[in-house]
Amino acid sequence: MRTKDLVATAISNTFRSKLRTTLTVLAIFVGAFTLTLTNAVGAGVSQYVDAQVGALGAPDVFIITQASDATTAGDGPVKYNAGSSASVSSQQGPPGTTTKALTDTDLTKIADTAGIVSVDPIRSVQPDYIEYGTGTQYEFSINATSAVTTADLTAGAQLDGSASEAQLVLPDTFVTPLGFASADDAVGASVSIGITDILGEQHTVNATIVGVSLESLLAAGAGANDALIAELADAQSGGIETAVTSYGVAVAHFDKALSADAVTALKADLATEGYTANTIEDQLGAVQTVINGIVGVLNAFAVIALIAAAFGIINTLLMSVQERTREIGLMKAMGMSGGKVYTLFSLEAIVIGFLGSAIGAGVAIGLGSALSAVLSQGLLSGLPGLNILLFEPTSVAFVILLVMLIAFLSGTLPAQRAAKQNPIESLRYE
Amino acid sequence: MDSQWVIDAQGLEKSYGSGASRFDALKGVSVQIAPGETLAIVGKSGSGKSTLMHLLALLDEPDEGTLQVAGRDAKSLSKCAVNGLRNKEFGFVFQQFFLTPNVSVLDNVILPLKIAGMGGKERRKRGMEVLEQLELADKAGNKATTLSGGQKQRVVIGRALVNAPRVIFADEPTGNLDTATGAVVEDILFELNRSQGITLVIVTHDEDLAARCDRQIYIRDGLVVSQTTSTHTGLTHTGAHALVTPEALSTAGGAE
Ligand SMILES: Nc1ncnc2c1ncn2[C@@H]1O[C@H](COP(=O)(O)OP(=O)(O)OP(=O)(O)O)[C@@H](O)[C@H]1O
Ligand SMILES: [Mg+2]
Repeated sequence: MRTKDLVATAISNTFRSKLRTTLTVLAIFVGAFTLTLTNAVGAGVSQYVDAQVGALGAPDVFIITQASDATTAGDGPVKYNAGSSASVSSQQGPPGTTTKALTDTDLTKIADTAGIVSVDPIRSVQPDYIEYGTGTQYEFSINATSAVTTADLTAGAQLDGSASEAQLVLPDTFVTPLGFASADDAVGASVSIGITDILGEQHTVNATIVGVSLESLLAAGAGANDALIAELADAQSGGIETAVTSYGVAVAHFDKALSADAVTALKADLATEGYTANTIEDQLGAVQTVINGIVGVLNAFAVIALIAAAFGIINTLLMSVQERTREIGLMKAMGMSGGKVYTLFSLEAIVIGFLGSAIGAGVAIGLGSALSAVLSQGLLSGLPGLNILLFEPTSVAFVILLVMLIAFLSGTLPAQRAAKQNPIESLRYE
Repeated sequence: MDSQWVIDAQGLEKSYGSGASRFDALKGVSVQIAPGETLAIVGKSGSGKSTLMHLLALLDEPDEGTLQVAGRDAKSLSKCAVNGLRNKEFGFVFQQFFLTPNVSVLDNVILPLKIAGMGGKERRKRGMEVLEQLELADKAGNKATTLSGGQKQRVVIGRALVNAPRVIFADEPTGNLDTATGAVVEDILFELNRSQGITLVIVTHDEDLAARCDRQIYIRDGLVVSQTTSTHTGLTHTGAHALVTPEALSTAGGAE
């Protein structure tokens, strides 16, 4: 028998007892549907987290702060120490805590730590507004870490750290209010940023928009390159040089070649020196772990459903073999080999598996895409760029193949039984 | 047709079950079938006719005795070779129709060709030829279950001859049919023998059908009790079993 004929026969046999096939397919459908959805949630969330990590910076970056020595309520006052007590309130510190500032001495100490390639302090600037041409002025903030991070762009290019020109990456929510027709339209335009210096006098600084970014959960505000930050900082200081420079946060690049263990060791080294170093993944890791856990549990349920469906397949095919005893006997009498009979029944199992999984995955994609669209407009509109259900072709294909494999394995027992049948016994079977 | 293509069975024994429930269905049967002849295996119900036919058709293996097909010992043949023989050289008409329900008449007829691996177009063409030959072409698309008994048996014969076999084994081909329909089916079989030289091995308890064959062997309780050869005028007793008592004949031929 030709392979083509075997497949065609298997398919038409599958549809011979429609009700039974439908019920078995339904059981597989449930498992495949769930598995496709849970995988999509996992993929959607991790893609979002990856994009956020990308927005915050390269994987070889530590965000470094002074280890905050518990100045929380109940601990009593801490003695003043002229050397270490420079305090700044920082956006980067957890809410409700005060982070001690990093001084130039700290930066040298960090830079000298083995494994650290470079350290850059983050200078925070507080602009008042942004304005395009003579349009409306909008309140505006700049993300202090933007110079060292990668934005999730919708148009234009990333910031150029070495450029002498003042560059800006505009959050896409500003595009329409500022009077641009589209994100692409905004790229290349020159905007003015208003900033008030410490003496209360307002200045404006011009910057060129090089890109438009999606607003991200962890890096709110616009991006500015070093040149723009320097210009804004100069304007903000009002020409007065403060004697002691202090920064809330520093960004340190470490050696890219370091292994995960070495990175952990490096963090420990910095901790003993009194600094808290976190990679971007560390900051997001906790969230991702929880989501992965939930996805894992849901996947386990889906797999349990599939195992139950596998018994359904075994049952269906055993009944089918029983019912078709004579047909099998006849085919064997007419010279069909046991191997071919085995293949035929295995194929029937695979066809059932394919039907269930393809329909399950298809419906999951259809419903999921609709749901995802509704959620991103409603409940999840605060998280732009989050596609809660992301259906990756490879993972959908993997689910279908996995279910087909399970179906094939379930088909082995019935197929073996059919293949072993003695033609004479089968033809005598009443 | 190849004159060496002889089925030669010597001392076939076959028993079913074991211990107390052991039943010897065949107790040493020797048969030779020459190419192009028609042979009737006659006997009462339970005498072992079907069992013998199954052994001759390589559907089952004897416990004792040897079977040679076209000069080769059946025991020496591989499983694959046996499957090939049954698929290409033999045609089968079983005691029941064994048509696949809910499958078209044409698809039932071309099953052996499908198993042989013939292409779809080619096998449908051959199937239609056979159905035309059997005057069933107009039923080709019908489901097998919608046919009358006689039509079903003709489909079964179509399935048996679609692969242009050398030998057709027919187990009670007219057993399920009324006399008139039975006669039509008989005519078809003997016409195949005459025009295409297909060897016929017919299991029957119908004395008239047996008489139309070239040769008859009578079986009783797993043993050959007599062999006869027919001429156009009637029966001629031959060989070791030439002396057949009228009693033996009547019991053999009088099966229900
Ligand atoms: N699988 C089996 N197990 C046990 N006994 C069997 C089996 N197959 C056949 N027999 C016995 O062997 C004997 C011969 O059976 P067989 O089918 O050859 O008879 P038969 O001559 O074809 O009869 P009929 O004309 O009714 O078809 C019978 O008595 C039957 O009961
Ligand atoms: Mg019988």
